[in-house]
Amino acid sequence: MEAIVDFALLTLLALLAVGIVRLRSLFGAAMLFGIYSLLCAAIFVVLDAVDVAFTEAAVGAGISTILILGTLSITGAKLEVRHTSPLAPLMITTVIGAALIYASIDMPLVGDPNAPANLHIAPEYIEGTRADIHIPNVVTAVLASYRGYDTLGEVTVIFTAGIGVLALLGRSRRKRKPVQDD
Amino acid sequence: MEHHIVLRVVAKILIPIILLFALYVQFHGDYGPGGGFQAGVIFGSGFILYALIFGLQATKSVLPPSVVHSMTGLGVLLYTGVGVAGMLKGGNFLEYGVLSSNPVAGQHLGIMLIELGVGITVSFVMVSLFYSFAGYRQQELGHSETATNTQAHEQETVDNPL
Repeated sequence: MEAIVDFALLTLLALLAVGIVRLRSLFGAAMLFGIYSLLCAAIFVVLDAVDVAFTEAAVGAGISTILILGTLSITGAKLEVRHTSPLAPLMITTVIGAALIYASIDMPLVGDPNAPANLHIAPEYIEGTRADIHIPNVVTAVLASYRGYDTLGEVTVIFTAGIGVLALLGRSRRKRKPVQDD
Repeated sequence: MEHHIVLRVVAKILIPIILLFALYVQFHGDYGPGGGFQAGVIFGSGFILYALIFGLQATKSVLPPSVVHSMTGLGVLLYTGVGVAGMLKGGNFLEYGVLSSNPVAGQHLGIMLIELGVGITVSFVMVSLFYSFAGYRQQELGHSETATNTQAHEQETVDNPL
């Protein structure tokens, strides 16, 4: 059953990716990107990563779509069609794709308890969360407590990104406005 | 979007529920999926929905940009403050165990406060981003009646690119 769900979701994802590439309307592409994110969220749910799925659905399908639409309203939703040879991009994509598939052969299976990633520090976090922190959601314990320093960095990145957008689009325009009105 | 009565009515019913759900995700993050980041995005999208339906100007009178900008910093400050509080109590930076006499209660308090800091910063950065993008367009067009809806602008550009 899970294999069918996986297959259906991944097929839809691949079809959607081809559709986004082929689409000439940027408005349509923005909408398809929202659906793409929602499908990714569904795949994360199948992989039991509900916290990541939650974020993907809220940020990828929600806020990102709104911000892309906001950008389109500034830049215009037209796509400049350039006629260049597709040979070089196709070659690069094929080589990188083949390399990734070749690398994935050596990877441990998803959720393999003997995978190196699951043997080194994850058991300590799971045991520690139960013994020292007493909260059921291990993800929250790792993000907020064990990796609190990393999360502080992430929050600072978001804060800096907000300031960056404000510096580019926000303040200077507001100052210039009276000049435009005159 | 004055004439879209269905959207206006539905948005008015939905926005309080969205904000309440954001608070649930925020403070239930210890027990279920969720946490500050997701809650912040949901909280911010409540205000963005309001702006899409009722206009940017109406939203800015509810939530002035100056408040939004100070709140983005306040979240990071709260996070860092919890870390420094741990140091003042004799622990390491971001060590929550020392925040309370009981280490487990200290962990709970620390996680709750830093998640709140994450939520505050994320939600107001999202609103700030939306203000920047939507406001830029309106000033580019030279619209003085900024109460007009941003979604209408977007639709306008898509139908009729300048």
